[in-house]
Amino acid sequence: MTKIGLEIHCQLTKLASKLFCSCKAEYRNAEPNSNICPVCAGLPGSLPMLNKKAVEKAAMISLALGCTIPEKIGFFRKNYFYPDLPKNFQITQYNAYGPTSIGSDGKIEIEGKTIRIRRIQLEEDPGRLVYEGTSEKTMITLVDYNRAGTPLVEIVTEPDFETPKQVRMFLNVLADLVENIGVSDPYLEGAMRVDGNISEGDGNRVEIKNVGSFRDIEKALHFEITRQQSLVERGIQVLAETRHWDEARRITVSSRSKEEEQDYRYLPEADIPIVQIGNNSIEQIKTQMPESIVARRERYIKKYGMPAQVADVLSSDKFYSDLFDKSHNEKNAKEVSNIITTDLMGVADTREKKIELKITPNHLSDLADAIVANKLTRNSGKLALHEMIQSGKPFADVVSSLDLGHVSDAGSIEKVIDEVFQEEEKAVMEAKQNPDTINYLVGKVMRKTKGKADPATTLDILRKKLAV
Amino acid sequence: MDLGISATEFTSQVNDGIISVEEFVAKTLDRIKKVDGKIHAFITVDSQNALDKARVIDKKIKSKEKIGICFGMPISIKDNICTAGLKTTCASKMLENFVAPYDATVISKLKSEDAIIIGKVNLDEFAMGSTTEFSHFGPTRNPWNTEYVPGGSSGGSGASVAAFECLAALGSDTGGSVRSPASFCSVVGLKPTYGLISRYGLVSYANSIEQVGPMAKTVEDVAFLLNILSGHDAHDNTTAKDMRIDYVKDLKSGISGKKIGIISQMTGDGVDKDVERATNGAISKLQDLGAQCVPVSIDAVEHSVAAYYTIAAAEASSNLSRYDNLRYGFDFGIEGYEFKAFISKARSNFGPEVIRRMLLGAFVLSAGYYGKYYLKAQKVRTMIKAQLDEAFKNVDYLISPTMPILPFKIGEKIDDPLKLYLTDINTVTANLSGIPAISIPFAMSSSGLPIGIQLFANSFKEKELLQAAHALQETAKLPGIAI
Ligand SMILES: [Zn+2]
Repeated sequence: MTKIGLEIHCQLTKLASKLFCSCKAEYRNAEPNSNICPVCAGLPGSLPMLNKKAVEKAAMISLALGCTIPEKIGFFRKNYFYPDLPKNFQITQYNAYGPTSIGSDGKIEIEGKTIRIRRIQLEEDPGRLVYEGTSEKTMITLVDYNRAGTPLVEIVTEPDFETPKQVRMFLNVLADLVENIGVSDPYLEGAMRVDGNISEGDGNRVEIKNVGSFRDIEKALHFEITRQQSLVERGIQVLAETRHWDEARRITVSSRSKEEEQDYRYLPEADIPIVQIGNNSIEQIKTQMPESIVARRERYIKKYGMPAQVADVLSSDKFYSDLFDKSHNEKNAKEVSNIITTDLMGVADTREKKIELKITPNHLSDLADAIVANKLTRNSGKLALHEMIQSGKPFADVVSSLDLGHVSDAGSIEKVIDEVFQEEEKAVMEAKQNPDTINYLVGKVMRKTKGKADPATTLDILRKKLAV
Repeated sequence: MDLGISATEFTSQVNDGIISVEEFVAKTLDRIKKVDGKIHAFITVDSQNALDKARVIDKKIKSKEKIGICFGMPISIKDNICTAGLKTTCASKMLENFVAPYDATVISKLKSEDAIIIGKVNLDEFAMGSTTEFSHFGPTRNPWNTEYVPGGSSGGSGASVAAFECLAALGSDTGGSVRSPASFCSVVGLKPTYGLISRYGLVSYANSIEQVGPMAKTVEDVAFLLNILSGHDAHDNTTAKDMRIDYVKDLKSGISGKKIGIISQMTGDGVDKDVERATNGAISKLQDLGAQCVPVSIDAVEHSVAAYYTIAAAEASSNLSRYDNLRYGFDFGIEGYEFKAFISKARSNFGPEVIRRMLLGAFVLSAGYYGKYYLKAQKVRTMIKAQLDEAFKNVDYLISPTMPILPFKIGEKIDDPLKLYLTDINTVTANLSGIPAISIPFAMSSSGLPIGIQLFANSFKEKELLQAAHALQETAKLPGIAI
């Protein structure tokens, strides 16, 4: 049996400042080494000042993943030499001497399978290394410390996954979750990074690092499973090692084994006193947390009678569920959810496209109201929606400029039916003998009214006239 | 003009128009030029800037503008405290060209009260040592006898005050580094409660136990400086909130009716005869002033040196990791090296004592040894604090000689680190427990070397501690000038 565990690093991109200083947490568009200060550059004499907001955000992730938050949390130094670490140690959390990290022992259900969360810890991101030059001789390493000190949450799961597909689903749920609670934008470059570990049966555990994207982790895991299984089939033992994902060659490659033997000489970080969390502040954090995806889904099903599938799709997308919550009222809720899930989501499915949408909650609400009140057909509704997405004009203007208003008075419809009867004698005869073909005539009426005639009224009058 | 006046005498003389700041600073610079060749207290002297500042202050006084309470007092700063625009070398090759882009909080506070930073003074490399012999720039000498060590690691601070090269100094005290040179150079030196003074800008050696400490000629001066230096700092998580106390007010309240515990583990066996005589002398003087002195046993003190070196070394190994010469440091090109080779090449420029402590620290933190050494040392720390808390239920102060021995000759103990470490027995207790301790000049040995007496109080009881120190100071009769 395959056992897969994950280590996910998620930046708290929604914070204004870094974990231990007042430099910006958003470093992506800054000139190299400009978003730094004595603290995050690790200059002699500087001291870290803990960003309390980061503790709150990390606590939110812990709560959302069902973790226990201890009464006191503490920080440790993880000591190792690397050029991207300004202090040559990373300030992180460590549970070997008792649970002092922001979360532990959580779990989350993914399609009926329970994934246990071993621990969640708050730590600082290192800087970034940039390699330049093509050959061994011209190769140089550049260091950019703009990222150094960015608040990072590490989430470690138990090896509870059996397939790469489960991993993919989990990561999608996790990305939705951190976005939903407003702590991170998981789609920013480098905001969410995943390492995996895999073992087959009782075999040794192999760590996989350097995976760039969610899609690649699935590929890397597939490759690694196949590699390990073929070794096992040939009776060769799998080595306990760290392997790097080679994106270009789409294989995992063994790294030098020295890395694993590294002793990090963990040491309590005395510059940051123990932080008391306590039940009161946990309750307070809970009140600040937005509704969870699960709770939201339940609410959609119970309150509005949404089909489970619609509720699923809507609740896990923060952008659209927020839009829904702002647009709907008790009468039009179902219609709003229909418009969003069947039309809008198909039009704008990426972050960029969502940002470009000119549609507002008012648009959606007006549109759904009109459909519910039978003033507009669904087909006309689609046309109106597309126009509003593009132009952002008010619903009423769109309806009149596109001439979409409903034709529901029987007199006008009857007139159109009379015209159709003259033009379609053969079809009328047919319909009289075989009422199943009546829809053809309905279609003709709709075409003549550009879809504005109410289909139910049209059908009623047709039946009466044909006496069927 | 008398360069031997105290810092507070200086401020009142300037205020009364008796002396000008420029004149005093110029005389002080002359004095440094004259004697520092023999003493070598200074690593950097900031002459021009000091004179410029002095002139500005004189002008302000003349035009009756508001000025800070230091009135241009020349102060020397231990070279492990960051000063913007002035080198902060930590007496190490590794930082021989390092200029901090910012002022330590204590420096900003002094500057905003119109103190003049006259220069940066010598120390054992990264404050690791108790003799100021382990400096990349060579040893500092004791102004009372230049063949002798000035104590350490704030030896430059102690010597510069004793030799009238400044009116006061800042040192830092990790295991006695303010009190040892205070005792050996016959000046007053305070190690405040952990968290009373900001460490922002103090280059960390053992960050869980060290504090910046003022050094000066008198207890009044130290109280005056503590008023400026103490208080919460938004740049240091470990500073205590709401500690606005006036340490100068009621300084002369005396110690009548107070109870003082004599720490048995710091007196008696292993203490030099002259030092013992001085200690007994101090005790009887305090009794004359109406204090009651009783023996007190703090038996965890027996493990204090071992615990101190374990914790300090562990923290040092981590704190000093950042010195890899990649971002700042000394002149040494990085091109052409693979990272690991570069690191070991660059870091081989640390001095022997720093390397010794970093190795010790890396060892006690390594997998499998953490529990055996580091955690055990932390337990000793907890035990010491508990025993002190117990003792302070019965007594107001504790007393001991600051150093168990007299100043010794330069080079005498440099090859025997263990023997040297053991001389810290009386000072490390205050660091491990966080409580304040002060060294007061009390006597001279028959050989003409200074002897200091140490008083302790419980955490954040600096006001009471300074009152007792003042009372003791008033009983001492000491020669005026060192060199
Ligand atoms: Zn910063």
